Amino acid sequence: MTDNNQNKLISLAHAKELVASLEAGDNEQAELILDQMALARDSDLFKELGKLTRELHDSLSGMHADSRIADLAEKDIPDAKERLNYVVTVTEQAAHKTLNVVEECLPVAEKLQANGKTLRDSWQKFRKKEMSSDDFRSLCLELDEFFDEASDQMSSIHKGLSDVLLAQDYQDITGQIIRRVIGLVQEVEGNLVSLVRITGQRMVAGGDTAETKEEDDKIKAVGPAVPGVDTSDVVSNQDDVDDLLSSLGF
Amino acid sequence: MKILVVDDFSTMRRIIKNLLRDLGFTNISEADDGQTALPMLQNGDFDFLVTDWNMPGMTGIDLLKAVRADAKLQTMPVLMVTAEAKKDQIVEAAQAGVNGYVVKPFTAETLKEKIEKIFERIG
Repeated sequence: MTDNNQNKLISLAHAKELVASLEAGDNEQAELILDQMALARDSDLFKELGKLTRELHDSLSGMHADSRIADLAEKDIPDAKERLNYVVTVTEQAAHKTLNVVEECLPVAEKLQANGKTLRDSWQKFRKKEMSSDDFRSLCLELDEFFDEASDQMSSIHKGLSDVLLAQDYQDITGQIIRRVIGLVQEVEGNLVSLVRITGQRMVAGGDTAETKEEDDKIKAVGPAVPGVDTSDVVSNQDDVDDLLSSLGF
Repeated sequence: MKILVVDDFSTMRRIIKNLLRDLGFTNISEADDGQTALPMLQNGDFDFLVTDWNMPGMTGIDLLKAVRADAKLQTMPVLMVTAEAKKDQIVEAAQAGVNGYVVKPFTAETLKEKIEKIFERIG
């Protein structure tokens, strides 16, 4: 306001001088006064222009963060949802795989135990010399059968346990995916904080939010490929890996 | 045969260890990333390295490169067992001198086959 008053005062003084000069027929002096008035106006204009430029710059910096936020909302969040859905699928599959094996192995173990018990009872009869020679002959046949069966049953239990062992790989795969989503959540949090700063007009100079975005052009570990999310340039199974390696002369 | 298994997930280390034991390998040590693994390899008498790719600290690919750059370790067979499935990555591992590459999730048969192939080649 003080500036304005001064400007006005100066203008009024200049106007009076201008009139005086014109009345006196001093055109040269009048033009000089006009130039001075224009100069004062110009400097105000520059100040205003400077302010506008500053505002434009600030809102552009704000826009920078906004575009990353838009990116997060449009791409990364749905992507993370897909990844988490995949985690649900993988853990469900692993649980079913384990339960299936347990359901298959339990009856086998029970049968093995029951057969063993029958044979033990017969064997004890034999040891106590309570067994007829006919019964002994049938015990021998039962024993042969048991040895054959037990070997098959034990190997099917062994296979089942190996399958259960391998089914636990879900923890590694889902762990990597969840860690990646945690990273994304942290980025969203950071962006929200800077968004609050921008809207609060207290933004720190320089937009650093965009720099956290991953650089894709460099080979880096990205974790397990998620079907439907990671589609480009990803092998889908071990055969693809073998084909690729053999094409490289491996 | 002394084997070092490197993975940041202890569950995966246990799985690989058990599978290797099933294949008749009993002398197995573990490390949770390349940084821990490298001095173990340099100071130990390991014959075979099985490593993951994506690990904090030092990744498996960097560990592989460090092994190939080490005069004492450079001929050690290295099998990569990883969820990293990008073609660029497989090519990079091949160029860095990996002896086998298994993508997770894998089967016991795949692991067995790759290990047998590696030792067959080495003779």
